[in-house]
Amino acid sequence: MTSLYTLTDLSKGYTRGKESITIFEELTMTIPEGDFMAIMGPSGSGKTTLLNLLGGIDRPTSGSVECQGVRVDKLSEGKLAKWRSQNVGFIFQFYNLMPTLTAAQNVELPLLLTGLSGKQRKERVATALDIVGLADRKGHRPRQLSGGQQQRVAIARAIVADPKVLLCDEPTGDLDRKSADEILETLQLLNKDLGKTIVMVTHDPSAARYARRELHLDKGRFVEQVQEPAQ
Amino acid sequence: MFNQIGAVTMINLRSIPQRAGLSLATIISIALVTGVLLGFLAMSNGFRATLQGTGSESVAVMLRAGSQAELNSGLSSDQVRLIEEAPGIARDAEGAPLVSGELFVIVDGIKRSSQTEANLPLRGVGTQALALRDGFQMVEGRMFEPGTNELVVGAGVIREFSNFDLGETIRLGPNEWVIVGIFSTGGSVFDSEIWADIAVIQNLYNRGTGVQSIRARLTSPEAITELQAYEEGEPRLNLDVQSETDFFAGQAGGTAVLIEIIGWPLAIVMAIGALAGAWNTMYSSVDTRMREIATLRAIGFSGFAAAVGTMVESLVLAAIGGLVGAGATYLVFNGVSASTLGSGFTQVVFSFAVTGGSVLAGMIMAVIIGFFGGLVPAIRSAYVPLLTVHRSE
Ligand SMILES: Nc1ncnc2c1ncn2[C@@H]1O[C@H](COP(=O)(O)OP(=O)(O)O)[C@@H](O)[C@H]1O
Ligand SMILES: [Mg+2]
Repeated sequence: MTSLYTLTDLSKGYTRGKESITIFEELTMTIPEGDFMAIMGPSGSGKTTLLNLLGGIDRPTSGSVECQGVRVDKLSEGKLAKWRSQNVGFIFQFYNLMPTLTAAQNVELPLLLTGLSGKQRKERVATALDIVGLADRKGHRPRQLSGGQQQRVAIARAIVADPKVLLCDEPTGDLDRKSADEILETLQLLNKDLGKTIVMVTHDPSAARYARRELHLDKGRFVEQVQEPAQ
Repeated sequence: MFNQIGAVTMINLRSIPQRAGLSLATIISIALVTGVLLGFLAMSNGFRATLQGTGSESVAVMLRAGSQAELNSGLSSDQVRLIEEAPGIARDAEGAPLVSGELFVIVDGIKRSSQTEANLPLRGVGTQALALRDGFQMVEGRMFEPGTNELVVGAGVIREFSNFDLGETIRLGPNEWVIVGIFSTGGSVFDSEIWADIAVIQNLYNRGTGVQSIRARLTSPEAITELQAYEEGEPRLNLDVQSETDFFAGQAGGTAVLIEIIGWPLAIVMAIGALAGAWNTMYSSVDTRMREIATLRAIGFSGFAAAVGTMVESLVLAAIGGLVGAGATYLVFNGVSASTLGSGFTQVVFSFAVTGGSVLAGMIMAVIIGFFGGLVPAIRSAYVPLLTVHRSE
């Protein structure tokens, strides 16, 4: 399997006044294309921080993040924004939908950064909403949708521009068990059928079972556990 | 890029109802500023239009040099005589020069609207005065008899002041007068005056044979230069000679400028207040949209698009405020009749005029408020930290 990400000696710390905190130090690992990886670990262990570095919305203190030959940590702000729009789909714990836009308009947002025509965008939006099973809700606003449905809209938005990787930060953290399972099944389907590489942060062991492998991040170190996917 | 900016702008504008209170306050404060500015401009425009509509090109007005207004001027009867012999002066059928030495004193009248005292000009005139006002006509009654305590009253005075009805006796200062006629000059400033015989006023006000202004009909508008040259070359004359048109334009200019001198700074001070309000509104707009902006940026939208979206929101609020202010001013003030202190501290009746130019000035002011109020918040929205995406709300 070819690797999508290569992280080398990756360190991240913060300085608060005179104090400096190290979140993790000299992490080295690869994420292969087509992987579905769950990152687990106690609260504050740096899971979100790692995801931010993979997604190019934060920069490491040292070390490198390489994605298919691109040194993500070295890109200028403008290039980084463009790289994100073409390579990454984000899925957040609180969905982060625009409350004043309809489901379809929310899903269309990443396509506004492409050269696609209005008609092409409309088709892509319809397909994405179809994949997450919300074709009949395209005119609804986030407030009119349940939490699970909102997260599905967010997933549609994350996949609509056909990125290589989906980065999910506690995607089921705010959902009940049933909605959570539906979301996780959708993610699994995106991984298996559409070949999306997925990195998912979660602290829920039953969510992690949907992934191909689990990584435990604790005190700045990784411990890998490979496991059978849940049925 | 246009897609991005369009989307961000649409998201911002649609979210305005979530900040309805603050946005409305901004619109109202900008509307007030625009309204006040337009009110003052309408006043000065109206005033200017009234006084500029007055006056003839072929009448010369002469005051003591440097005196600016009739009230400050003082001339001797010798100077009147010298002007009667000057070149460029028209003569009547009998060959008498059309020159009128006039006195100008201020009396108190009672305003109909407020029942308070206000200044009224009482002009002492001779028989030639009528020949120097185009369109002069008696509306009711007759002209005063020379040498008597009879008055004729301008039509504007009747409208605005009490106790000037035909046939009434009125006390002005220490003297009693009988009102024998109402005249009109077709809406010019003279309609705001009362006229009596100059000899009687010279006597009652201890002016000897002195006058305050001289009006003379010219043989042609161009003859003014001849008259001016004559005045220059005659050491016994020390006058400012100008056409009546120029004279009134100067008078109007003074007062109109005065109105604007009060109006602009007041509007600007209010504008600074409105700017602070707009700034605050836009700051809070960015605050409440932080996570949305960060999310858009994470998706790949540019900081520039975020900034433009914020700026457009600010400009839209300001433009709505400006339009509301201009519209309200137009509805309330345009064409409304008012009277105010003219030059020489007398009442001049005029109409407010909300002109296209002043509406434009008001809108430009509103947009400037919107621009500067939105500038820092717009820059701030370009630099929203991306990690704000993880905020729970
Ligand atoms: N901007 C920041 N400044 C300082 N410390 C931060 C910042 N962001 C995160 N941290 C700290 O880094 C650590 C890891 O945070 P995070 O990656 O969010 O952990 P997790 O997602 O595993 O709960 C925490 O201790 C957190 O307080
Ligand atoms: Mg986290």
